[in-house]
Amino acid sequence: MPSPQLRALGSFRRWAGSAPGWSGRVAAPLWLSLGQAIHGQGGRLMGLWGEDRRAAEGCFLVHGAFLFEQGLLLAEQEVNAARPETPSLAAIFPAANRMERTLYDLLGIRAQGLADQRPWLRHQAWPEDQFPLRADFPGSDLGSAGDDRYAFVPVSGAEVHEIPVGPVHAGTIEPGHFRFQVLGEEVLRLEAHLGYTHKGTERLFQGRDIAGGARLAGRVSGDSTVAYGWVYARAVEQILALTPPPRAQWLRALCLERERLANHLGDLGALGNDAGLAFALTQFSRLKEDFLRDQERYFGHRYLMDRIAPGGVAFDLDAGQCASLREAGRALGLAVARLQEILAEHGGLRDRVVTLGRISPPLAADLGMMGVAGRASGQAWDLRVQFPQSPYDALDVRMALESDGDVAARMAVRFAEITESLRLQDQILDALPAGETLLPVAGLPADGVGAAWVEGWRGEILLWLRMEEGRITRCHPQDPSWTLWPAVEQAALRDIVADFPLINKSFNLNYSGHDL
Amino acid sequence: MYRILREIIRLGRVGDPPPKPGPAGADGVPGYFRHSLAIRQVDAGSCNGCELEINALNGPHYGLENAGFRFSASPRHADVLLVTGPVTRHMAEALRSTYAAMPHPKRVVAVGDCACCGGVFAGSYAVLDGVEAVLPVDLHIPGCPPDPDALLRGLLTAAGEPPLAVEESP
Repeated sequence: MPSPQLRALGSFRRWAGSAPGWSGRVAAPLWLSLGQAIHGQGGRLMGLWGEDRRAAEGCFLVHGAFLFEQGLLLAEQEVNAARPETPSLAAIFPAANRMERTLYDLLGIRAQGLADQRPWLRHQAWPEDQFPLRADFPGSDLGSAGDDRYAFVPVSGAEVHEIPVGPVHAGTIEPGHFRFQVLGEEVLRLEAHLGYTHKGTERLFQGRDIAGGARLAGRVSGDSTVAYGWVYARAVEQILALTPPPRAQWLRALCLERERLANHLGDLGALGNDAGLAFALTQFSRLKEDFLRDQERYFGHRYLMDRIAPGGVAFDLDAGQCASLREAGRALGLAVARLQEILAEHGGLRDRVVTLGRISPPLAADLGMMGVAGRASGQAWDLRVQFPQSPYDALDVRMALESDGDVAARMAVRFAEITESLRLQDQILDALPAGETLLPVAGLPADGVGAAWVEGWRGEILLWLRMEEGRITRCHPQDPSWTLWPAVEQAALRDIVADFPLINKSFNLNYSGHDL
Repeated sequence: MYRILREIIRLGRVGDPPPKPGPAGADGVPGYFRHSLAIRQVDAGSCNGCELEINALNGPHYGLENAGFRFSASPRHADVLLVTGPVTRHMAEALRSTYAAMPHPKRVVAVGDCACCGGVFAGSYAVLDGVEAVLPVDLHIPGCPPDPDALLRGLLTAAGEPPLAVEESP
């Protein structure tokens, strides 16, 4: 149960299902007290989003997802339809800043007390007085002009100059703008401007059925398609009060660990490359490509897209395939261990990554960091460890934790997680329960609210879903990048501009899953 | 250094040799391949799945540079613009500017279902349902995402006949 302090603020009821979670409504004047109570217990803000409930309840709703040591708390607040305002949580949780600006961009709900009222996801594609997530969004008057009016915070001084970078970058990466204010080589200030990949994903969810939503959820972010597929499926299953077969749950975890492996392999190669060590890129690219080819061979898709379906999984493995995966995992583990030794002893690489892009543990705690970057700065959050849901409750995951908070620490966390995910893969393949893998969900009466979370390879991913008569009326996916992007801005300070690609890659945050 | 050399030797050559220019095959790869092309990639709002495959194409299995292609950091040096994503309204202007910065002659390749027609994001208020809404497209490579093999075959097609020189500067 939530603490007495929280119970005093609203009536929270326990969810059905294995995840420890509570939900309930909080009166607007108590919204800040709720944030302070969560923060006081060492909790964090996971996500913040709004919903147009004017037709059903005559008001807007603002939803907040908070994680604290006992589990997840989903709080909602009624917002007056005539005067849509909500108290700002940004003074308590820095990550709320951009979430609250987005709340205005998409729904027209103004955060009271938030000094920074610049648009965040809205550039110049739609007028300031139109809000895409309102039911009466006209969708007319849309443009595609470049966003050259964003008011970056200025830094003045005789020697200071600005370097604008993006949205198109030199490499094959996602688009975003970085504004550097530098003194000589040193970065004085960095501000990111995102939203370039805003696709209207949340509105696209609306009106879809279970299967249509699953296809879209798998494409919120391609590099996390398993994680998003899983949270979506779990949210649907919560609404349907359906438990997928045990074999399906174990196969889902296998997919999630393999997604972690594929991304960590790619990142370690790219980090070596950004430090001038092309050897690392070639070696890790080869390991990753062989790994992806195995996924095509045994799972049916190189990135495991659409493998997880509401009701279970859309594939199965036979004994021979399990043996092959185990064998390939052993070879991969040996190869990575050899590379880890070489990289650890490579003076040129160590010179570049040690002490670079440092986020100290206290700063990481202030920023609410988690995931790979959080664990590299001593923030011991891993949903697989703290709130294990089937099959992780039977797997005994060991958390990777470092405290230096630099690029080297973020590399070390990835190496440790590769070893751990390979161990988990072995455990899963050894203990895979027999039985069916998919329950039919088409045609079941989907009506209600569901929420799910999972520890994706970057960090924790949350998805909240409301369905009415088999159709989605609101779906909000929350990527950990929302909380972690401000940390990148902090990490670049006092280092030189030329080191930014390395710092940025060591976080490797999401654009598509953030911009939605 | 010794250990790095040992790993390089252990790795050896991986993957298949890239498709060679030659007589037209049944698979539709063009008869010959005249140019060495520089590619500029722009993500116009993809889910990043296509980027994963384009990066994979750059790995040791595919011998991209053996096949005559390399990625360019600047559109000023590029012959081919490789575009992914459904083209969000927020990226349309940057995409146009990138195309305008490329020298003639130039080609545009739309990569993935989204760039071809909007894919799963088609119909959204925030996207333009594909590259054709913004730029003339020479070749579509569908797939979600298209694998590196499909990308390589597409690039060879884009580089094949008719030669790039037939395009006129405006």
